[in-house]
Amino acid sequence: MRAPRWTPAELLAVMGSRELGDDTSVFAGVGVPLLAAVLAQQRHAPRLTLVIEGGIIGPRIAPGRLPISTNEMRAAHRATMLPSITDTFLFAQRGFLDCGFIGGAQIDRYGNLNTSVIGGEYRRPKVRLPGSGGANDIISLCKEVVVLTVHEKRRFVERVDFVTSPGYLEGGESRRKSGLLFGRLTRVVTTLGIFGFDPDGKRMRLEALHPEVTKDAVVAETGFEILMPERIETTEPPTAEELRCLRAIDPERRFLGPLA
Amino acid sequence: MPGAAAPYDFREARRRLEAKAKSSGEKLTSIEDAVARVKDGDLVAAGGCLFSRTPMALVREILRQRRQRLTLARNLMCTEGELMMVAGAVDKVVTAWMSIGLPWGVSKIMREYVESGRVPLEEWSHLALGLRFRAAAMGVPFLPTLTMLGSDLIPVGGTKTLECPYTGETLALVPALFPDVAILHVHRADRFGNCQIDGYPHMDADIARAAATVLVTAEEIIPGDEVRRRPDRTSIPGFVVDALVHVPYGSFPHECYGLYEADFDHFGEYAAAIDAAGSRAVAGYLDRYVYGPATYGDYLDRFGRERLRRQAKYARELTR
Repeated sequence: MRAPRWTPAELLAVMGSRELGDDTSVFAGVGVPLLAAVLAQQRHAPRLTLVIEGGIIGPRIAPGRLPISTNEMRAAHRATMLPSITDTFLFAQRGFLDCGFIGGAQIDRYGNLNTSVIGGEYRRPKVRLPGSGGANDIISLCKEVVVLTVHEKRRFVERVDFVTSPGYLEGGESRRKSGLLFGRLTRVVTTLGIFGFDPDGKRMRLEALHPEVTKDAVVAETGFEILMPERIETTEPPTAEELRCLRAIDPERRFLGPLA
Repeated sequence: MPGAAAPYDFREARRRLEAKAKSSGEKLTSIEDAVARVKDGDLVAAGGCLFSRTPMALVREILRQRRQRLTLARNLMCTEGELMMVAGAVDKVVTAWMSIGLPWGVSKIMREYVESGRVPLEEWSHLALGLRFRAAAMGVPFLPTLTMLGSDLIPVGGTKTLECPYTGETLALVPALFPDVAILHVHRADRFGNCQIDGYPHMDADIARAAATVLVTAEEIIPGDEVRRRPDRTSIPGFVVDALVHVPYGSFPHECYGLYEADFDHFGEYAAAIDAAGSRAVAGYLDRYVYGPATYGDYLDRFGRERLRRQAKYARELTR
């Protein structure tokens, strides 16, 4: 087998960046989501506004000085405004945020995400995870949300143990009925492919496979039945230019991972 | 009795505020005197966020004075929360997220203390907890919001929902959180407690207004005239503040915007020690950094002045 020409994190960052349009705003966490947003800004979306939850609008992230949190000077580098954290999220509640990127330890067929507890009782869990942070707010309040995640069976579960961040809840109209009027989970971008949700039931469905990935690989790494439409696209592989830009943003490969 | 009222009881919170002195006079005091205002069982809200502008000198002194049964509220909790857990100072934490930071994975200390049931973790979304402080800062019992709806965060936090009387839509009503004590670290203040913050304001201004008692450390004490020349720079007015202490590097090893970057090497060493020895490593850390050094200056010497200068240089490079 040929050695892969990109790492899983590079694939996710490139595919994530393509989800972002010019003249839009994005709520991005640190790591791969921030790399995706900066890449989009450098490539096809020069008028993209980055918003970071620590209270940062419009930063110009310095290559090689990538933040490890949403609350630090590296994330705020050359920002245009530093509002309070509460006010930053209220921009999203008001409707100023077109896109949000989030991830999670578990995701289910309706796109619900869990970053709270795994196993056991809620108050005596087997594994206590860090919690929502801003993820719940992002998926509740941004116009469109893209989940970026490694595709593994232990993450793609039949039912999340706890709904930290609501996707489509029980499917159908349940998200809307809970009072979540505006936000919408549009895509799940994984290391295997790109997924959407069927318009009626809101169940996750395969839309495109990354180059050299098979449907069987997706089935093997998913703990629930994924809808398979008749026509499944293949994503354009990361281009040399996308990879060059991306690697220049993270030259220390802090988030891109080691190249084989 | 502190902590006896429900955290959203705006009537009790108002009575406490009306009963206390709201002076424009001298606030400058020692860290020991400031922290003497914290009582066992208090709900303490810490300013800053994650490893930014953490009131580390105040946390250190709370631990040195062996406060117990505290509830610590902070939106993103970092090493200060771990220190308070292992020191036995907290009975509960209220947060949206707790760990050190992305490179070090899920906090092993948080896992140990929360999974065993020793320290319950009350969980909110980032905005919801921010709005709890804002509701308190406004003196009202709740604020309506569109976040957290439909998620399991609503039932575990006991958040009530309401059918909007104007539109008929469902709203989440997050309850106010009135802390007994706010602990904050700011860039500068005059001796009367008028505070200026550079860079991201996080939630400090809301937390200061929400709390019954406000303790502040400042990197720099400036003349009152300087404040009066730029009153637009004041984010927390003096009459809100009860005690002020001059503490340069008062957030270290966490960051203070423009002045010093967080010491990631130190976090790495701290996390590696926990990987090797679990909470015993934190007990050793408390001896070395909290109980051992008699003064904050002695504490900073444990990091070494060279390290402080290096982190200050990084901060200048990032904010010029």
